[in-house]
Amino acid sequence: MDLLKVENLRMYFETIRGYVKAVDDVTFTVSTKESLGLAGESGCGKTSTALSILRLLPSNGRIVGGSITLDGEEVAHMSEKEVREKIRWKKASMIFQGAMNALHPTYTIGTQIAEAILKHEDVNKKDALERAGKLLELVGLEAAKVDRYPHELSGGMKQRAVTAMALACNPQLVIADEPTTALDVIVQAQVLRVMKELQSRLDLSWILITHDLSMIAETCTTCAIMYAGKIAEYGDVVHIFKEPLHPYTQKLITAFPSVLGPKMELSSISGFPPDLLNPPPGCRFHPRCPHAMDICRKKEPVMTEGRKSQHVACHLY
Amino acid sequence: MKKDTTVEVNNLVKHFDIKLGFFKTLTTREAPHVHAVDGVSFEIKRGEIFGLVGESGCGKTTTGKCLIRLIEPTYGEVFFKGVDVLALAREQDVRKLRRNMQIIFQDPYESLNPRMSIYDIVAEPLHIQKVVEREDELSNRVSQALEDLDLIPPEEFLYRFPHELSGGQRQRVAIARAFVLRPEFLVADEPVSMLDASIRSEVLKLLLSLQQRFHTSFLYITHDIALARHMCDRIGVMYLGKIVEKGTTDDVVQKPLHPYTEALIAAVPVPDPTARRIEVVIKGEVPSAINPPSGCRFHTRCPYAMDVCRKKEPPLIELDGDRHVACWLRGDQKDASS
Repeated sequence: MDLLKVENLRMYFETIRGYVKAVDDVTFTVSTKESLGLAGESGCGKTSTALSILRLLPSNGRIVGGSITLDGEEVAHMSEKEVREKIRWKKASMIFQGAMNALHPTYTIGTQIAEAILKHEDVNKKDALERAGKLLELVGLEAAKVDRYPHELSGGMKQRAVTAMALACNPQLVIADEPTTALDVIVQAQVLRVMKELQSRLDLSWILITHDLSMIAETCTTCAIMYAGKIAEYGDVVHIFKEPLHPYTQKLITAFPSVLGPKMELSSISGFPPDLLNPPPGCRFHPRCPHAMDICRKKEPVMTEGRKSQHVACHLY
Repeated sequence: MKKDTTVEVNNLVKHFDIKLGFFKTLTTREAPHVHAVDGVSFEIKRGEIFGLVGESGCGKTTTGKCLIRLIEPTYGEVFFKGVDVLALAREQDVRKLRRNMQIIFQDPYESLNPRMSIYDIVAEPLHIQKVVEREDELSNRVSQALEDLDLIPPEEFLYRFPHELSGGQRQRVAIARAFVLRPEFLVADEPVSMLDASIRSEVLKLLLSLQQRFHTSFLYITHDIALARHMCDRIGVMYLGKIVEKGTTDDVVQKPLHPYTEALIAAVPVPDPTARRIEVVIKGEVPSAINPPSGCRFHTRCPYAMDVCRKKEPPLIELDGDRHVACWLRGDQKDASS
């Protein structure tokens, strides 16, 4: 069953120089227990998409079209009060990029987790703190850590604590935005394992936002590759990594070195992502695409099913 | 010192003092130190890329900076083509040396002066080293350096400022600045970790092509062993200020001998969803470098830790084929410990 359905979502930022089309006609679904990896370079709209789902956009960001259906409810045009009461924390929560460094230094970990529970549910403080302890156990920390202050925890522990916080009100969907960027490889592997375990134990759905495709290959079941505010390719993770269709995906996947297998030359893409104030006409990737044809410069490609469970927006298919 | 060795490092140590309050200094007998680098030795041959791999705080950047004397090491020896780098006392001698030893820093958003034009940034080393006298020759050298890094046409970049460039272009300017003197040795401190994937590989390719053209020796510092595998001829794996394993890249990556190297390799995500992975067995995080664990510094996290590991520090022993490892599990060390 589809838990989250994003259809033709458009989210623009209003600036003095015009509209920045951060998210432009994005469509994807996340079903129960699915983990979707949202990948792309910086500025491609991955975080903006996530913020739209939770309606956490900055004041100049506006959803100008499309719909977001979460567990049967339309989120895109809900009132702020309704979003706060029904959606955030309870249905969907988010682990922000660098959240572990945004913990309040003068409150204990337990108080900070309990705060979310107290705000959203009718429980007393003692029960909320007890639940905070249970949540910490869930992510592999001792329950006694509720009395600790952030500076007493290591980076990996803090990341686990904010993961526990995201689970405070039993959401069905958790969005993790670059959850491991500040961590070392070994700790990163530990945190990713915790996330995977939680998913199967709590029947969660995840959206993992990252620029690191290797991380998606390790943890996700489906994958969407974004480029300049649009989804270039979307589908099953094995298909996308084994037989990528979009020229951008093909290049991006082989741009990551691997410790396993034969040593291969890394591919590179000349040029850089376009300015979203004035995106290029036609396909937004055409100035950097090795297969660009005449039609690519003129007409925008539509998302088509290139192969079974693999959608691609490219004129080649 | 062998003939083809560009850089030789022997037992390099850097301890940083910790500032204590007044009363603490009265009660503490010995001032605590951060053991950033603790007895590191390696050599880099001419035209070779030597990688230093390890997690943050293992001392890899400090090592790199000590080599070109941006940080004064506590003790140890560094030779550059037979010259004792640490013995140079006069500033002009150090400066002369830097003509052949340059560094590329990690973050191109911080390493370029925002008030200088690209021309001034790349020309500055030439000015300081006084290698060219005529102004037209200077601008030729600058243009050439930019062209070498695919900043084409150079005229389009010369009079721009760093904020007008993208991250990838900035890092290429930083590399051009380091290469404009045609140094024989270059320290590259995570030169691509701040760049996006699609741009990263392009910068790496440029570095490799320059290295091949000018036979530059590199110290390539990175936390990413997959990247080190791609770039380096030989690598040294560092943990808490020490090299725990050293050898040719293929040997180390394909047959790691130290449990820490094993864990580092197992922990790197692989861009292949069907790849079979080894589980990471290492628990916990890197301990503090102020009071490093006794014996083998890795014993607190090592799945194979034995009694001897807690008590005695394993020396870095040499195995066949230029392979070095510091672990009680390997080689004849079991006998040595008894």
